[in-house]
Amino acid sequence: MPQLTMVEALNLALGESMAADDRVCIMGEDVGVNGGVFRVTKGLLERFGADRVLDTPLAEDSIIGTAVGMAVYGLKPVAEIQFSGFTMQAFDQIEQNMARLRNRSRSRYPISMVMRAPYGGGIRAVEHHSESREAYWAHTPGLKVVIPSGPRNARALLAASIADPDPVVFYEPKAVYRAFREEVSESPETMEIGKAQIVRPGGDVTLIGYGAMMRPVLEAADDLVEEHGIDVEVIDLLSIKPMDTETLVESVSRTGRCVVVHEGPRMCGIAAEIIARLNEHAFEYLLAPIRRVTGFDIHFPYFQVEKHYLPDSDSIVVAVKETMQWT
Amino acid sequence: MSPRSANSTASAAPVESRPVRVDSNAVETIDLGRVEVIRVLDEKGRVVDASVEPDLPDAELLRIYRGMVRSRRFDQRMLAMQRQGEMGTFAPGLGQEATQIGQVYPMRPSDWYSPSYRSIGAQVWRGWTMEQLLLLWAGYFEGFAIPEVANELPFSIVIGSHVPVATGVAMGIKVRKDDAVVVTNFGDGASSQGVVAEAFNFAAVYKAPIVFIVESNGWAISTPLEKQSGNTVLAARGVGFGIPAVRVDGNDVLGMIAACSRAIDHARGGGGPYLVEAVTYRMSLHTTADDPKVYRKDDEVKAWEGKCPILRFESYLKSRELLDDDAIAQINEEIEAEVIAARDRFRELAVARPEEIFDFVYEQLPEELREQKAEYLERLKRKGVQ
Repeated sequence: MPQLTMVEALNLALGESMAADDRVCIMGEDVGVNGGVFRVTKGLLERFGADRVLDTPLAEDSIIGTAVGMAVYGLKPVAEIQFSGFTMQAFDQIEQNMARLRNRSRSRYPISMVMRAPYGGGIRAVEHHSESREAYWAHTPGLKVVIPSGPRNARALLAASIADPDPVVFYEPKAVYRAFREEVSESPETMEIGKAQIVRPGGDVTLIGYGAMMRPVLEAADDLVEEHGIDVEVIDLLSIKPMDTETLVESVSRTGRCVVVHEGPRMCGIAAEIIARLNEHAFEYLLAPIRRVTGFDIHFPYFQVEKHYLPDSDSIVVAVKETMQWT
Repeated sequence: MSPRSANSTASAAPVESRPVRVDSNAVETIDLGRVEVIRVLDEKGRVVDASVEPDLPDAELLRIYRGMVRSRRFDQRMLAMQRQGEMGTFAPGLGQEATQIGQVYPMRPSDWYSPSYRSIGAQVWRGWTMEQLLLLWAGYFEGFAIPEVANELPFSIVIGSHVPVATGVAMGIKVRKDDAVVVTNFGDGASSQGVVAEAFNFAAVYKAPIVFIVESNGWAISTPLEKQSGNTVLAARGVGFGIPAVRVDGNDVLGMIAACSRAIDHARGGGGPYLVEAVTYRMSLHTTADDPKVYRKDDEVKAWEGKCPILRFESYLKSRELLDDDAIAQINEEIEAEVIAARDRFRELAVARPEEIFDFVYEQLPEELREQKAEYLERLKRKGVQ
């Protein structure tokens, strides 16, 4: 059983998917010879050749637009956008074609493709390299949005996203890329898109997070259990869209309390949607208002102060303790 | 002088561009070449360049003529239906019949066609039924069902946004080593979109088998070509991208067929993309919601009436003794009957299906959308719609 980083696990999933299905192609800036700026596509050009690993010109909009065309032709492109901040260049083709062409063609042309992009803060980067704007894509009909939190689920979810018949936005928490290793099975592994995971069962309060935020969330949970005697249940959302309402509602119906964490801006963020669903489906079980610990509604700050902007375990602990004070 | 006549191929001279010295440090001059202009028929339908005249059997010439007449008759019928409230907003193609039919004529059904929305005549040629296009433009989603007979992409409304997708299809053909080509069209307005330039570049880098047809019809709603582009010879863009290009009189259907055949052969033969600039004129409205009197002079439109692509081709066919006035009248009558029959079928088919709006968004409806669909169906039930 190999111990892999997330980068290695993603690379493994790409290689496995390409070996299993010759329709799977990789495209993006510097993904070929260079193996991607984070090395996620390392070695794939050598293994699969230049017809299936396409170094593209530097134009995000047309990386997505041409990937859509390749999907129309029956291929399964995995398009890499070098940083999620640059997906704004591609907003046009994501919205106009990636998300809509199936519907516009009345399902004659299903767009089975993946847009991969590293997202989120914490790597001391320049402007536009730390954004967490998954809410844009969750708001876009026709897309699915998946965000793994560790090497093992990254490998399984990427395989599932490539196999999925619909277009998937796959955001990779780059702060986790090489942060830790995890055991990954020898044989290909997949996971169902649209399912959240209870990663720590508990009875007092439900703590919901995803992606890079799972590390401070789990750290906070340990602290709350060990130092404060609060039995926290932790849910890793994994799939932003579709969202596993059932698991969230079931959990909060048991605990009656909930805190949601994400690093993207608060206004119309994923937490707002989660809270709305819990309001609709678990209102009678709520013992306290649902709190959210999120990024602020400002531009992502320059990196000398990013550690203060990003939700950390301390801010999560404070929010949970406040929630527990409601009786 | 009207804006269009300044750049029209009516003046017929090849467009010369001079070698340009880039700056004082440049060690080489860069030859921007010259843009070839193709024209077979002049405005009177006389052959002016037999060297590029397509060698087509008589029956084919007549089929092309009928295609152009069908395009115009259908367009006129749609406009009448729109004015009577039976049709939604649409973009008439009046005056662009030669451009339209000429670009699809050399295609095989297995080739891929990715048109802009002002391509109704070409879509009919490619196998879309007229009643289906009526459904589409009357707001019935069933109209978007792609006909099985050819590889058709639906047009997209955002200007130029289909062009990278068409390029991606061509890249897919290249990856799969198939022998199909993609033909895509767009207007002079779309030539300003960054994504169109990006698509040129992608196609050139990958030598993708795609033919870009820019239908330079003079106007993007109210914006004339010279406010759209610093160089109104849009074929000249090919040089910058390393894409061979030709400028063609878009109102000369034989010129269009000559240019597009060459472009398609080039792409199919592995030569990569090709750019065809068809110089034509939007005789009618941008869309039925538009009033061109606000921004352009009648004189300009009148001048282009003399360049009518159908009249020109008629003169040519008459000179070859393939048509006479009686035959023209008969063909028009037959096609009008086809159009009316299509309109009648459309009226029978025009039943909205409000229950299906959730059905093509995903392969399988996610749970959260199943709930929303149930809520919507309840709403329909309350309103007594079904």
